[in-house]
Amino acid sequence: MAAAYELRCRECGKRYENAPLSICDECFSPLEVFVDLDAARHRFTREAIADGPSSMWRYQALLPVPDDYVPTTPAGWTPLLRAPRLAERIGARNLWLKNDAVCLPTLSFKDRVVAVALANAQTFGFDTVGCSSTGNLANAVAAQAARLGLKAYILVPADLEAAKILNTQVYGATLVRIDGNYDHVNRLCSQIADRYNWGFVNVNLRPYYAEGSKTVGFEIAEQLGWRLPDNVVVPMAGGSLIVKIRKAFQELIALGLVEEKEVRFFGAQATGCSPIATAVKTGADHIEPQRPATIARSLAIGNPADGIYATRAIRESGGWAEDVSDVEIVSAIQELAETEGVFTETAGGVTTAVTARLYAHGRIRPDELTVSCITGNGLKTTDVLQGAYEQHAAIRPRLGDFETYLAERKEEGELVAGGEYVR
Amino acid sequence: MSVRVLLPNAFQKHTNGTREIQSSAGNLPALITEMETTFPALRSHLRDESGQVRKFINFYVNEEDIRFLGNEKYSFQDGDEVLVIPSIAGGSFAEGDTRFGQEQKQMPNGGQCKCCSYCGQEECVCGD
Repeated sequence: MAAAYELRCRECGKRYENAPLSICDECFSPLEVFVDLDAARHRFTREAIADGPSSMWRYQALLPVPDDYVPTTPAGWTPLLRAPRLAERIGARNLWLKNDAVCLPTLSFKDRVVAVALANAQTFGFDTVGCSSTGNLANAVAAQAARLGLKAYILVPADLEAAKILNTQVYGATLVRIDGNYDHVNRLCSQIADRYNWGFVNVNLRPYYAEGSKTVGFEIAEQLGWRLPDNVVVPMAGGSLIVKIRKAFQELIALGLVEEKEVRFFGAQATGCSPIATAVKTGADHIEPQRPATIARSLAIGNPADGIYATRAIRESGGWAEDVSDVEIVSAIQELAETEGVFTETAGGVTTAVTARLYAHGRIRPDELTVSCITGNGLKTTDVLQGAYEQHAAIRPRLGDFETYLAERKEEGELVAGGEYVR
Repeated sequence: MSVRVLLPNAFQKHTNGTREIQSSAGNLPALITEMETTFPALRSHLRDESGQVRKFINFYVNEEDIRFLGNEKYSFQDGDEVLVIPSIAGGSFAEGDTRFGQEQKQMPNGGQCKCCSYCGQEECVCGD
């Protein structure tokens, strides 16, 4: 390979020079980035990484960007938190959260993939970029395009959460609302990408974009002291993230940065859109598309592009997939916030609820080191908590009023604790 | 009866640049056969070694995935617009990874088949 990475067809193996291309012209299958690990071996060491920036770009040697690429957006390097109080609630003893609810600049893991995609958009000379999105990707593309001086066209389902729409438009992106679900939007973007010379991050730039997800896996391993966990629980929309975290672990093993270990991967979906979980549960080797109906809109992809690969990754690793109801999603958002101080969006509610169920069903044992991936921020989906909390009447700014308020609260608490007025 | 069929860029190398055709096919299997007759170069790319339409090729009628409409049992209506779009997928291709090929399953009669919803078969012929 001339460069340290190139495109290859996932099915027939045909090789391609780097280009804005995602489909093999021989067998019409998806293309993947193939990174030359031997070429990266001398640069991708624990020491070199430790000396790198406090962002996902510390792993630049294994990302598909030119050697001399200078990043402008410090995405990634999010906290890996112990979660002892949540663990106690759900019967776990060694539970961790990978908290991409605070990923910069737009508070979701999509900042990682967009950083890699737009680096390539610049390399390929695009002045306009775009995406189909369920919201988080829209925010990430809009913000990073603004920072790079690129024009952005963002296509979203019309019923998207208001916060996600605002968080796209504020960056000056052109937001196109489509009367349809994400799968309709995605199909339209495929057609647009065929006609316009634009860089669509999850269409013609998708092979590069998807590699950005590997940095979640690199960070988990490094933050655990260069070791791999026993289990990872990952939300699934298109199915790419879970596959790429596994790929990251495989690359670290191949380069000798961590000890070889088969990490089990667990996928999380909402019952109202669970094509991948369904395939895992039924043992199917194909994905039956579904019409999404869930409050977890960021996971509402009925025809997941990487579904078949996600299913395969889960199965090969000895993992499993589960899906949870909308009621469980909201409860899990609240439980995670109350126990660990992490406010996640609906996708994180899905992951948390599924994690709890995996322990409850004995699929994950309490002492195993398990990482639950929180991929987005709760401030973007506050609508699902509408009416969840009562607001008491305002009190006057007097100490006496405050003490009365406290006494009333105490009384309420005792009544509830005593069970007299429960239900 | 005529339907408008829009072909993706990825096909153009095998269709002499043609992006759109009019077809009188009554259903999906007939349309695929017609496309192969019109563009003989496309056939070996459209189907895999066992003759099945490749699973990453999706068909849409107007705004709907044809799988929601009954797949090969759906009868095209006059004026339908058919979109052919290859799936856009990533996946893992780590060094040393075994290639992810299509699942081959042994049939009772000793033959082989591919069970997938993209193959034009509504139900898996293996009985899975």
